[in-house]
Amino acid sequence: MPIFNMDFETMPREALKAIQLSRLKTSLEKVYATVPFYRDSFKKAGITPQDINSLDDMRRIPFTTKQDLRDNYPYGMFAVPMENVVRIHASSGTTGSPTVVGYTKRDIKTWSELMARSLAAGGATSRDILHNAYGYGLFTGGLGVHYGAERLGASVIPVSGGNTKRQIIIMKDFKPTILTGTPSYILHLAEVAEEMGVSFKDLSFKAGIFGAEPWSEAMREEIESKLNLKAIDIYGLSEIMGPGVSIECIQAQNGLHIFEDHFIPEIIDPITEEVLPYGETGELVFTSITKEAFPIIRYRTRDITSLNPEPCICGRTHVRMKKVSGRTDDMLIIRGVNVFPSQIEDVLMKSDNIQPHYQLVVDRSGNLDSLTVKVEVSDQIFSDQIKNLQNMEANISNDIKEYLGVSAKVMLVEPKAIERSQGKAIRVIDNRNI
Amino acid sequence: MRAEQISIFLENKAGRLAEVTAILRDANVNIRALSLADTTDFGILRLIVNDNQKAEDILKKEGFTVGKTNVIAVEVDDNPGGLNRVLDPLTSEGVNVEYMYAFANPNRKSAIMIFRFDNIDKAIEILAKNKIAVIKGEDVYNL
Repeated sequence: MPIFNMDFETMPREALKAIQLSRLKTSLEKVYATVPFYRDSFKKAGITPQDINSLDDMRRIPFTTKQDLRDNYPYGMFAVPMENVVRIHASSGTTGSPTVVGYTKRDIKTWSELMARSLAAGGATSRDILHNAYGYGLFTGGLGVHYGAERLGASVIPVSGGNTKRQIIIMKDFKPTILTGTPSYILHLAEVAEEMGVSFKDLSFKAGIFGAEPWSEAMREEIESKLNLKAIDIYGLSEIMGPGVSIECIQAQNGLHIFEDHFIPEIIDPITEEVLPYGETGELVFTSITKEAFPIIRYRTRDITSLNPEPCICGRTHVRMKKVSGRTDDMLIIRGVNVFPSQIEDVLMKSDNIQPHYQLVVDRSGNLDSLTVKVEVSDQIFSDQIKNLQNMEANISNDIKEYLGVSAKVMLVEPKAIERSQGKAIRVIDNRNI
Repeated sequence: MRAEQISIFLENKAGRLAEVTAILRDANVNIRALSLADTTDFGILRLIVNDNQKAEDILKKEGFTVGKTNVIAVEVDDNPGGLNRVLDPLTSEGVNVEYMYAFANPNRKSAIMIFRFDNIDKAIEILAKNKIAVIKGEDVYNL
């Protein structure tokens, strides 16, 4: 498998670190000069960019959190004037403030390059036909993969999500060789194909590059056997760039190479915020060192993993992160959509002035994630008429779909039906065994 | 002219109804009439009892969601067309029945129908105009 950018992807680690430091310093100077949030947070910490003279000095820089991004909604974190921004993406819709990210022309070029590297690491070449089942839109998945595939020179089928039966026909007729999408949707595709009497053995896929939600090794095995292809894990988040922040190589399928010439990863203890050494498990923190429109410094991803700097059989020298094993907050990823329980709470309070006695139950039935929102019926919302209660269920469900972009079944339950642990309601039951 | 009905939210699971009736039994509350409306996930139990306040208090204390609604109890002749004599004048004036249920009148050869109307005031007016007997709340509770 050819490596897309041999110079950078196989660079000796010492040289890589030198590049990281010089790019980091430039980035810090830029954000200090252009983004009031960073200037203030550096000042509060009593530092200026000139104080950072080694990668170890990074730990003196304050963290950036999702809340900081929300506080600066929509454009407060942008480091360039809007006339230089050519693209805007946003994290999955919320009732509060979504996270808005911007890209300059050069950012799009960088992202395309990193996505092209990722696709190549996953086994794609310019001769491949790529079936892109990630959603196109504000979500970074669809367009991110699309631009990377074009950069690689592959032929992209921009099929997006949904309309599953048509996707199967396209797979049969257009003979794509690389498949991309969220793992849960891909398994749904496999199910529908089976119902239609189409076997993946008769299709032309050799590899699939899947991500945007956590998936287990067991799920990988299921996908590989059902779809008759190599399943590769890709990682990314819009705050950092989108898909293509890190990628498994098809040779090892053992950890995701982080493109360290563009991002500096750290692992911290989520409680003490101390930086942890290689190999230890903790929260992943990213600093971008080449981004122009939306540079981000020490961003706490809330994803839990560990880093491995050992050389890889594929020849890449970039550090590998383990498959993400969980989160330090209560965020759920349901069919690729980020959902916080507090967002559901906002919808409930808004739609029918319901007391926030609710619980989210996530199941994987068949291969699709399903979300059930249990809501306790209080005297205020109770009615002696079935139709009123059913309308209420339907309205809440519609509001959740509208604000969060995720389908949910709303189920009314009796007061105190939701389990409480030491007086605190248990907000989330995740039965998916990821 | 109105009777008071209590309604209780129940999840659709085994034994739930029996729990409610046991609570009422232990509080010495007598059920006069009841109906259970159900969906796949939940049901609404509607009751006419001999002591509404007691029933409501005890059920709330046990953690149930309890509502109160005004309904109308009408005596319906136990012969063909008996129900139509009640419904026809209401229909012609556009009053809608949200739901209804019946029980046998222990004192006479007639049925007592409990009606929940979308417009209770108008319903009472029409029934009075058509000389249809509406049973007083206290009389229903103590039949």
